[in-house]
Order: sequence, then structure tokens, then C-alpha cells
Amino acid sequence: MVKSSTLILGVAAQLLLPLQLLFSVFLLLRGHDAPGGGFIAGLVAAGGFALYLFAHGRRAMAAILKVAPRDLIGAGLLLGLLSVVPAWWQDEAFFTAQWWTLPFGIPLSTPLLFDLGVYLVVLGALLTAITALVEIDQVDNPH
Amino acid sequence: MQLALLTGFVMAALVPLLHRWIGARTALLLAALPAAIFIWLMTQWSALAAGEVLVLEQAWVPALDVNLTFRVDGLAWLFAMLISGIGVLVLVYTAGYLRGHVDLPRFLVVFIAFMMSMLGLVLADNLVTLFVFWELTSITSYLLIGFRHTDPLARQSALQSLMVTAGGGLALLAGFVLLAQAGDSWSLAELATRGEAIRDHALYLPLLVGVLIGAFTKSAQFPFHFWLPNAMVAPTPVSAYLHSATMVKAGIYLMARLHPALGGSATWTLVLGLVGGMTMLVGAVMALRQTNLKLMLAYSTVMALGTMTLLLGVGTRAAVAACLVFLLAHALYKGALFLVAGILDVMTGTLDITTMGGLRRVLPWTAPTAAVAALSLAGLPPMLGFVAKEALFDALLEIGPWGWVALVAATTAAGLTLAVAAIVAIRPFFGPLRDTPRRPRGTPPALLVGPALLAALSLLTGVAPGLFDELVTITLAGLGMPGERVHLVPWHGFGGPLALSFAGLVLGLLVFRAWDRLRDGLVVGLEPLVARGPEVWHSAMGWRTLQLAAWQTRVLQNGHIRTYLVTTLLAWLALVGHALVVRHGALSWPVSAWQAHEVMVAGLMAAGAMTACVMRSRLAAVAALGSMGFSIALTFVLFSAPDLAITQLLVETLTVVLLALVLFRLPHFTVLSSPLERLRDLGVAVLVGGLITTLMLAVLGSERLPRISDYMVANGQPLGHGHNLVNVILVDFRALDTLGEVIVLALAASGVYAMLCFRAEEAGHG
Repeated sequence: MVKSSTLILGVAAQLLLPLQLLFSVFLLLRGHDAPGGGFIAGLVAAGGFALYLFAHGRRAMAAILKVAPRDLIGAGLLLGLLSVVPAWWQDEAFFTAQWWTLPFGIPLSTPLLFDLGVYLVVLGALLTAITALVEIDQVDNPH
Repeated sequence: MQLALLTGFVMAALVPLLHRWIGARTALLLAALPAAIFIWLMTQWSALAAGEVLVLEQAWVPALDVNLTFRVDGLAWLFAMLISGIGVLVLVYTAGYLRGHVDLPRFLVVFIAFMMSMLGLVLADNLVTLFVFWELTSITSYLLIGFRHTDPLARQSALQSLMVTAGGGLALLAGFVLLAQAGDSWSLAELATRGEAIRDHALYLPLLVGVLIGAFTKSAQFPFHFWLPNAMVAPTPVSAYLHSATMVKAGIYLMARLHPALGGSATWTLVLGLVGGMTMLVGAVMALRQTNLKLMLAYSTVMALGTMTLLLGVGTRAAVAACLVFLLAHALYKGALFLVAGILDVMTGTLDITTMGGLRRVLPWTAPTAAVAALSLAGLPPMLGFVAKEALFDALLEIGPWGWVALVAATTAAGLTLAVAAIVAIRPFFGPLRDTPRRPRGTPPALLVGPALLAALSLLTGVAPGLFDELVTITLAGLGMPGERVHLVPWHGFGGPLALSFAGLVLGLLVFRAWDRLRDGLVVGLEPLVARGPEVWHSAMGWRTLQLAAWQTRVLQNGHIRTYLVTTLLAWLALVGHALVVRHGALSWPVSAWQAHEVMVAGLMAAGAMTACVMRSRLAAVAALGSMGFSIALTFVLFSAPDLAITQLLVETLTVVLLALVLFRLPHFTVLSSPLERLRDLGVAVLVGGLITTLMLAVLGSERLPRISDYMVANGQPLGHGHNLVNVILVDFRALDTLGEVIVLALAASGVYAMLCFRAEEAGHG
């Protein structure tokens, strides 16, 4: 049941995954001003990967993801913690948000970094759970 | 300075990488960090000598009065110098001692982390910060004692030390909270100026008990002393650095630091005097029972720590000055002796002092180093140890009738310590050369630099103790005891202290001559006492706690999720229900008229819930739950909370995905509970639902406090630069909460992974 052989699902997943990922990044970036944000974006991205997993199997998904889902969790937590440091540098209270404008008018801020961390943790946690479930399925039914 | 500490922690994290690139030289490279701190401290000396106090401010959590401000006064400077200076020497020593050890990177990671924590402990001005660093030293000490983790004894000793020191840490935390209440400040500097108010406060006794238990456990005072000798299973650099020169003195530091705030009361003098004196004697006697070199030194450390506590208890200016000199002298000679013990261990393969002999011919540099350091331990001129001991006797001679009791105890302890020093310096090195498990060869210089330098310093400062006049005077002034300049002299002249020293010398030499017979007597004679000693109580207490934990796990954590749910809900019901009954306001009914579609959504929700309860197939139950979830999302839409609605929809979707994965793996959908149990569950469910409804109505009825959402709405754009309040709250206003949530999420994912994949692995192998 993990790897479906339906042509329609396979093609759809292939087309939908990039769109969903793009949409999730869109949600992440607009989150501060409109509905969205790291948590929702992470859920959307996880949904995209889950669809791909059902259509093409665990190995194909791992090949696309490139990193282990558990590393995403670690990276997200680290990013969340690192977003604390700039405030410390400015001699301000723990977690005080910092706002910068990069060249070409690109805004950057510690809340955005933090939200990115949340995004990665949510994505990583869900994919960890899903792949773990798939893996034991394959241990029990090797074919 | 805060940056230096942060750098240290970052460097600790990078050690494994460094080790991959430059190998064993990592230890030498790392020594540059404490060396830099040492030099920086030196440059601050002139300012300090001019009577200034260096304050390095750094905010942390201002809303909770927690800051990272460091305050460098005489006491902090003295400790920081010891920590960084001896730290450099021990790191150099480690490069030779653990050369080629597979776990060297792990050792260095923890070691550097400890060093930074210890520096933070002595520099912090805030009680909370001090406590954080305090606990960090306990944890790093635990990891270092258990360094040889394949040895069950090492693991057991590490755990014991953690249990004792962390248990004391809990008492300390309670003491600190009370202290902050009594003194109305979290700053040590401010507390020091409010001594009278604190001592007259109703909470003085409980807070003193808390703080002292913390200090006593850390500094291995009787009856908590037993963990320190057991900690000797750690590698020797750890014994020299943590368990003699720095960490065990954290308790002494704390008592000295809080002396202006807490000291001087009759209780303080009595408790510190009794405990310190007892520790001093126990340490001195127990040291003579040992044949293991490190254990002997450990018990003599216990004796020294007791002496310092005793002196702080006496609390006169002369006594505190003596305590400071004693502390310095002890750090120098004991550090050297432990490092020498490590050399003997590496060279001969044993630490049993009765099997060594004649080593001075094969270890020509180690023998004089040991001799010089032991002279200081013995308290003989011209060493710093002698100056310290004279100061000790001087201080005790000054006080009234009780001083005589203390003097007799101190003289006895000094005599016994002299015997220990003689044994350590003479037994391994003189007499005929004995066969040892390993044949000693030349000692590598990396091992010799540290102890030789420390021993030389003991000698140098013993000849010219006047170097410390300024430092001791400034430190005393910082502890609220200003006065004329202290004069330390290498030779005190003939008088009371010298007579006592002589008495100690005679006693020590007698004990040394008769040591072999005396030791047998002590081993046999004290066995009944040791067998009923505090260590046995402690392990019995630990065992009982485990039994209690096993019992309550059996009752509460029986593996059935329905039991957990019922327990949790009932507990919640009792607590919230009680609060609601005791202080409820008027219940108010929502005034606005109900719309037809709202009623429909509510009906859908209720129908979904009820259907899920009565369905006979799993798929149908899941579908019913799903319809309820979507109705909830609809509610969020109706009340214009798009973020929540999206999240709810996505969560529902992903739940279906997860269910699809596990659906075929679940056991058959059967009825497990009896009708009676289901009736009980129905009752709990109805009660919980009713309580939630009542709670909501009560909240609506009583708006006593201004609504937090008004603040959020007003400040979301100007402070948070965002229009989506939910997101501004999540990532900015309440970012700390969110961080906690994502950590929980990460833990849950790790739990799922561990439960599923380890079982899969077992299945795969089996």
C-alpha cells in the first residue's frame, strides 16, 4: 500500500510537490502579515512530501529530500536558538526581535529566522513519523 | 568577559572537529583560552588595587530580574585567577596524560564547558545566573567522574556525586528564592548591603538551611563528604582541577560571598563551626586509613574544606583572611600533589602507596616536586602552607573560650595532615626500589610542567607572602570588612601559633612512624562506624526512592492510554473545579442572538462526536472524528480566525495520512471495556464537558483584568512589524513559548522514531 502503481497519482504527485513546496514558502514568507506562518507552511510541505511518498515510495522521497528528516528537526531547533543571539549582541533582552534591511530593500529579521526554524521542525517531525511508519511496514512485508 | 565565556562554550562544541584536524595538540590549543582570560585578569589588577570593582553589565531576561552581569571584585578575581591559571596547567598536563586516548575529544568538551561554568559561577552577580552555572558545574563534574564509563564503579560514583550535589542544588534554589524575598533583590552586591534586614527576617532560618545544604553538598562537608573520595575514579586531571582546586571550593566561595548578607548570626557561627570542625577531623582521620594515594589526598582535601568552613563560621576579619590564604595555599599544593599522583599512576601502574618505593632514582624531577608540595601541605616553613596555618591558629587564638575547642581540633587535624604529607612525600620515593606493575621510565615534560610550576609557586609565595597583602585586604573590604592592610609574613616569630605548629609537628611525626600499625587499627576500628555512615544512609534513601517510583509507575503508568486519559482528566477536573467553586464570579450568557448556521455547525460537531462513540468499525469512527474536526475548522472561519482554520484543516488532512499508514497494522476493532467502565467514562466525559462550558461562561462573566488582546492589537504593527497578530504573537511576543512547543514537537518525533525503528530493528535482527 505504500507504493501505489496508479499512473494518475504518480504524475499528480510529481507535479504537485513543487507547487506545494512553492506554496509553503509563500505561506511562510507572507505569514507575518497575512494568514500563514512557519507552522502552517511546514504542514503544507509535509503534505506534499507525504503525497510523493505514497506515489513513489520511500526511496524516491529520500532521494528528493536529500537529508534525513531528523536532521531537519535539528537544523530547525538550531535556527530557532540562533535567532536569539543577535539580540544578545545588541545588549537587549533575550528574544528581542531584530529587524534589518539588506541591500536591494530585502527585509530580514530574527522572527523570520525563527519562523523558518519552526517550519523545519514541523516538516522534520512529521516526515520522521511518516517515514518511520513506512519503514516498519517494509520490515514486516519486505516486498 | 561574557563573550570570553561564550567563546569557551562554542570552542567546547568545536573540539571534536579540532581534534580531527590537529589531534592531541587540541588540549594545548585550548589552553590558550584560559591563558588569555588569566592575562586579562592580570591587567585588571591595577584597577582593582585602586579599590574599584569592575562591573560588566549584560541584560538577559530583564522582565524577571535575571541578568548576566559579571562583577569582578577581590573574591571573584582571586577565584577566577585560580580557575584560569590552574586550568592552563591542567590542560597542558592532560595533553600528556590522556595522549592517544580515544575519548580525549569528549573529555575536552566537558572539561572546557566545566571551566567556563566555574568562571561564570564566581563572576555572576545574579542569584539565578549563579545557580545556573552552579548546576552546570554539577553536571559537567558528573560527566567527568563517569569518564571511564565502561567501569561500573565509575558510573556509580558519578551518579552518587550527581545525586548529592544536585540534591543540594535543589535546596540551594529554594534558599536563593527565599533569600531574594528576604533581601528584596536578586543581586549579590545589593544583598551584601542588606545583611541586617535579612538576618532579622522571619525567613532567615529556612533560607540559611537551604543555602547551607547547597554549599555543604558541593564542598563535601560532613555528612555529605563521602562523594568526594568516590569521585577519585575520575582521571587525575579532573581530580586535581575539579575535586581539589576549583569546583569543591564553590561552596566555600558561596559562603564567603554571602558572609556579609547571612554571616555573623549565632546560628551561622554554630552550624559552620560544628560542621566545619567535624569535617576537618573526619577528613584528617579518614585520610590515614587509606593506602590509595588519590584517596589519601581526597580525604585531606575534605579536611581542608572543613577548615575553611570553620574559619568562615568564626567570621572575624582575621579568620576570613586566614580562610583566603588557606584557600590559595591549598589550591597550589593540592593541585600539584594530585598531578604528581597522576604521574605515579601512569609511570608505575598503581596508586597503592604501600607498594611503591625508591622512585626518586627513576623519577628525578617528580620526587622534588612532590617533596616541595608536601612541605606546603604539612604546613612547614618556608611554604605558603605554613603561612596559612599560622594565620589559622592566630585567628582561632583570638576568639573566646570556644576557640580552645577549635584550636585542639585544628592542631590535631594539622598534625594528622602532616603525617599524610610525610607519607605522600617519603613512601613512594625513598627506601629500596620496589617492583611495580609497570616499569617507570622518564617522565614527559608535558606532565611535569604543571605540578612543578604549582609547587614552585607554593615555595615562592611562602617566602614572599606579602604579595598577597593587597589582594587579601581588597577581598576583605569587598566582603564588608574594610580595615588596615593585612600583613602576611613568612616567619611569624615565636608565640602561640608556633607552639601549636610544633605540637602538630610532634604529633604528625609520631603518627608517621607508627602509620603501618595505626592504619590497620583504623581500618578495623572504624569499620563499624563507616558501615553505618552517611554514605549508607544515602544509598538506602536512593533505594527507597526507586521503590516508590516503581510503585507509582505501576499504578499510574500502566500502559493503557484510557487509564492515562481518565487520570489526567479527573485530576484536571478536581483542580479546576475546585478553583471555579472557590472563586467564581457571575456566570454570564452570551447576549448576541444565535445565527442558524452557527447552530448547524455546533450540531454537526456534536453529531460527529456521538457517532464516533457508537460506531462499530474503525474507519467509520475515524470519518466521524474527521467531520468533527472539519466542523471545528468551520467554527474558526465563522469567528474570523483564518490561521487557526487553516492549521486545523491541515492537521485533519495529515491525520488521515498517518491513519492510512497505520490502519492495517492496528489490532481488530473490538470492545475492550465493560458496560460499567463505559458508564464511568461517560460520566467523566460529561463532567469535563460541563466544566469547560461553565469555565467559559465564568470567564465571559468576569473581566476583571484588562484583556491582553487589546495590547496585542495595539502593538502588533508598531512593535512586531506585522499585520497577522497570530504570527506576531507566535514568533515575536511569545517566541519563548513557541520555542518550547517546537522542542516538544521534536521530542515527540524522536519518541515516535525510537519506538518504531528500534522495534523494527529488533524485528529485523530477530
